[in-house]
Amino acid sequence: MPSFNFTLLTILGCGMATWVSRVFPFILLKKFDLPKPVIDYLSFVPIVIMSALWFSSLFNQHLGSLPQVNYENLLASVPTVIGAIIFKNLLVIVIIGIVSLGVIRLIGIA
Amino acid sequence: MDEKLDIHTAIKDTLPTVFGYIGIGIAFGIVGKAAGFNPLIVLLMSILIYAGSAQFITVSMLASHSPILSIVFSTFLVNSRMLLMSMTLAPYFKKESLSKNILIGTLLTDESFALGMNKLNYSGNKLSFRWFNTANGISYLTWIISSLGGALLGNFITNPEKLGLDFALVAMFIGLLYLQMISDNATSTLLQIIVIAFTLILIYVGLIFIPGNLLILLVTLLGCGFGVVIKHAFF
Repeated sequence: MPSFNFTLLTILGCGMATWVSRVFPFILLKKFDLPKPVIDYLSFVPIVIMSALWFSSLFNQHLGSLPQVNYENLLASVPTVIGAIIFKNLLVIVIIGIVSLGVIRLIGIA
Repeated sequence: MDEKLDIHTAIKDTLPTVFGYIGIGIAFGIVGKAAGFNPLIVLLMSILIYAGSAQFITVSMLASHSPILSIVFSTFLVNSRMLLMSMTLAPYFKKESLSKNILIGTLLTDESFALGMNKLNYSGNKLSFRWFNTANGISYLTWIISSLGGALLGNFITNPEKLGLDFALVAMFIGLLYLQMISDNATSTLLQIIVIAFTLILIYVGLIFIPGNLLILLVTLLGCGFGVVIKHAFF
């Protein structure tokens, strides 16, 4: 186990690293405007990031070989997507997701 | 969601995302405790680093005695997708003071970003400092309290996954993705579906040889580029 001081210093360094990536664009864009092509490019960020985060949870990674399907998450995604289409309400969607995975684990399918 | 941007509405809008932070926060606390860190260290990580997946990496690299620079650099890489999100969000706060911009950026997360992007579709493409700062604040407090709770509970719970709480975050991304798709009228649904399908292919192929956390950033960079090209070529 690393010493308390080393751990603290690392945490401070990591804190600076995450802070810079969050704040730097805000400071920069206060002074400058983004060119139109960049705005066009960034308009895809929300759907790409959200689907990337979702899809990456559907696989288990084994570097060097094909990803394995995470059947638990894949199965739980089905009622969650259907729930999203029917209810269009984030809270309901999240609860359906949690319950779905809970049930899948309880009855031990997947 | 509606067009209102006051504090009360912000609380109402943020509530569904709270479950994601609670699930992952508790999991982080338990993992941190299990890796041998005391609750104070876990708490400091959540207060100062404030980045879900990056914190898990910090813990595992600290536990395996990695050099400090490589830990800090890994954390930066994993979290550098925030650069893209901040860049997308910043123009909406251009008229606010620099200190308010810094505050919004400091507490920005994947979830509050996604929530804000969704809100734009209801609020006539506007965001307010009050609304966003409230959403950020609730997220930050929930994260800190849940990870501390996880670290304290760490002695009793050995299997937090049993409750299905770890899926809260994924469910939230599914929900936000769908809500974004149906409410964004500037991009056609067909184009959105094409870009999402391309993202799935990139993730699958990328998982073979790129570490998962770095992959999200790379896929986002490529996926957005693909979207622009297809949009200009066919739409």
